[in-house]
Amino acid sequence: MSEQAMVIENTLEARFPGIVSRDERKGYEGYIVQTDKLVAVATRLRDEFGYDYLSSVTGVDYLPEDKMEVVYHLYKSTGGPGLVLKAQTSREAASVPSLMPVYPGADFQEREAWDLFGIHFEGHPDLRRILMWEGFHGHPMRKDWREAYYEEEGKPFKSRWPDGHVWRAEDKNPFNKNVDYPSGFDPESWVPESDVSLYAGMGKVVKSGNVSDLKTDQVVVNMGPQHPSTHGVFRMVVTLEGETILALKPVMGYLHRNHEKIGERNTFLHNMPFTDRLDYLSSMSNNFGYALAVEKLMGIKPPERAEYLRVIMAELTRISNHVWAIGFLLNDLGAYFTPMLYAVEERELILDVFEAVSGSRMMCNYFRFGGVARDLPEGVHEKIRKLVYDRLPRKIDEIDLYLTNNEIVRSRCEGVGVLTPEQAIAYSASGPLLRASGVPYDVRRADPYSIYDRFDFEVAVHYHGDIYDRYMIRLDEIRQSLRILQQAVRDIPEGPTQEGKPQYQVRVPPGEAYGRVEGPKGELGYYVVSNGKPNPWRYHVRAPSFINLTPLEIMCVGNKVADSVAVLGSIDIVLGETDR
Amino acid sequence: MNGMGILKGMGVTLKRFWETYWDDIVWWLRRDKRYESEDGISHRMSTNTRGIFTIQYPEEKLPVPEEFRFIPFLLYEEDENGEQHDRCTSCGICAKVCPPQCIWIVRTNDPNTGRPIPEPEEFYIDVDICMNCGFCAEYCPFDAIKMDHDYELSVYDRHQHNIYDKEKLSKPVSYYASIRPTNYEREERARAEAEAAKAARKAQHN
Repeated sequence: MSEQAMVIENTLEARFPGIVSRDERKGYEGYIVQTDKLVAVATRLRDEFGYDYLSSVTGVDYLPEDKMEVVYHLYKSTGGPGLVLKAQTSREAASVPSLMPVYPGADFQEREAWDLFGIHFEGHPDLRRILMWEGFHGHPMRKDWREAYYEEEGKPFKSRWPDGHVWRAEDKNPFNKNVDYPSGFDPESWVPESDVSLYAGMGKVVKSGNVSDLKTDQVVVNMGPQHPSTHGVFRMVVTLEGETILALKPVMGYLHRNHEKIGERNTFLHNMPFTDRLDYLSSMSNNFGYALAVEKLMGIKPPERAEYLRVIMAELTRISNHVWAIGFLLNDLGAYFTPMLYAVEERELILDVFEAVSGSRMMCNYFRFGGVARDLPEGVHEKIRKLVYDRLPRKIDEIDLYLTNNEIVRSRCEGVGVLTPEQAIAYSASGPLLRASGVPYDVRRADPYSIYDRFDFEVAVHYHGDIYDRYMIRLDEIRQSLRILQQAVRDIPEGPTQEGKPQYQVRVPPGEAYGRVEGPKGELGYYVVSNGKPNPWRYHVRAPSFINLTPLEIMCVGNKVADSVAVLGSIDIVLGETDR
Repeated sequence: MNGMGILKGMGVTLKRFWETYWDDIVWWLRRDKRYESEDGISHRMSTNTRGIFTIQYPEEKLPVPEEFRFIPFLLYEEDENGEQHDRCTSCGICAKVCPPQCIWIVRTNDPNTGRPIPEPEEFYIDVDICMNCGFCAEYCPFDAIKMDHDYELSVYDRHQHNIYDKEKLSKPVSYYASIRPTNYEREERARAEAEAAKAARKAQHN
């Protein structure tokens, strides 16, 4: 723990005697707050101590101790290390006060914790399920909940070796027979309550200001889940008057697979390829965050060459992700596929590098605890060098010339979907979304990890907070990434790429860790709790695609329907990560 | 001036259009094959390529790099009598390290003593479930399981064909050496060194 954090914590304990106490468990950090005083403590932390950015909210089910814990990770938007708060409650009647009044960004995360853990957040205005479907029975992240294809608490399963007579899960538990309905429940005649309450809530929009003489009706329209410009299966329920959006509620979870439950059945190493599948456009960055979290728990550091390789891969991922985002934003604006293909061509060359290094274009699975899987094969260093010194800078300039001053792009994007800096911080926006609103917060600078403190680069920032600035910031970030890459490619030392011998079963001491990286989509965090066993006790992903949707409504209200598509495109979400 | 942005953008499109066909013309004048030839494909994959650089699959195929991984296979060695010997000792590490748990191994037991014999009786991989992570190949201590390069595996009925048994999984070491030459060489060198060290230790002991 840094000195600064110590000072704050000492004053914190003095300031809230009897309310706040240090978390004394071995391997744990931060503070346990008395549950009923949580809102008061959080308000003062925000207003007096400057912890104005709520990064992550999640639950942990401590079944053996028979209690639930809600973990909050707070940061200052001016940078520096974070503060961890915990509120404990019983398992049976799990309830903590909602932090929505202090941090509006807690909205979706508290709904997720309610959905998956059954923790009730008192005072939350709209506490509905968010990832599971409305009729779902139980709360799946609770440790005593078991899935339909349940085999054992943790992998490796005993049935595979040494007596592994193969069978399929589907044969033992055929489709349609793997569901137990509660007695008296008829799935055919059942109407989901949540949709009714959702629509009822949407219909109550009261107009203010100048009411026109025209008699108009408000219409509730579903955009999605099957819609070409929602970037996947994603639904926006919008209330319209004419073409103007009066209210908007995102509905998600269509791609939900309970990544975190799978993660808790897995061993620590098993999770590495699963992280690839979160934001499948930037798997290297996903690996990075998870590796950092587990390395923090294990107390190891990768060797020098591995650190450079990690930075090179993470920055190449950022470029490939941003060209994709720019291309698809143009698609959403109606410029069908020409700009997108121009942008994606460069991504193709980067994927060739990933394939040569890791063996796969998208599901890279390249990082290991304490290093990377393998060194660069022959010729790849040269190819990366050519890309970052010659081809990519040239091509990014071409995209710039092609799109930036295009009059149609400007008139569609400028001044649309504005997010003010205050809103961006309050709603826990991160990544390009936050920086386009004038908050120069980049984890690589604000709370440096790996070897980012060695490189010379600037945090890209724009000040209007509209779609155009979100486009511009991606171009700027690509240029900054190229700067980092040029330095890394030049300075990379020779040496081993893995600390110690590669092990398939790592020993992770008990404790908790929060590893976060500046992913291409925003702050990507992994909260991992170990109890010393081969499988993690808790594995949580702070997904930027998910949390960046919290301010979607305030960006869209007042704009036209067509703009909501562009606003969504400018946030740049991947549904594999949103729904997890 | 209004409209200049669009005009400049059009200029970029025109340049791209020109570049795409210019290379075709140059290659044609040089009497070189730009399509369906090794030179042409490697040029289109390089960082110097211009215009559209699509590979016309399936007439042309993108050459896969050596590290490319797709579905594991088992290695066997052939002795001079043509007999096949599995490298696999059925230690079970691949089954334990497999994230989706798609590897199933039956270990051979000696019928008389009941003690395990280092050789698998049966070996299954459910390729519907395999996520191509490559952990099995990476952590196998005997270099007995490796990742393949063949990615054209579609079948009409996955329930019938997609659980691979030992027979379907087994491929000779020479095949492995042909798809991953540098890896193969490195492993053989390490094996030779280990054996030399062992022999030296033995000689010293005697």
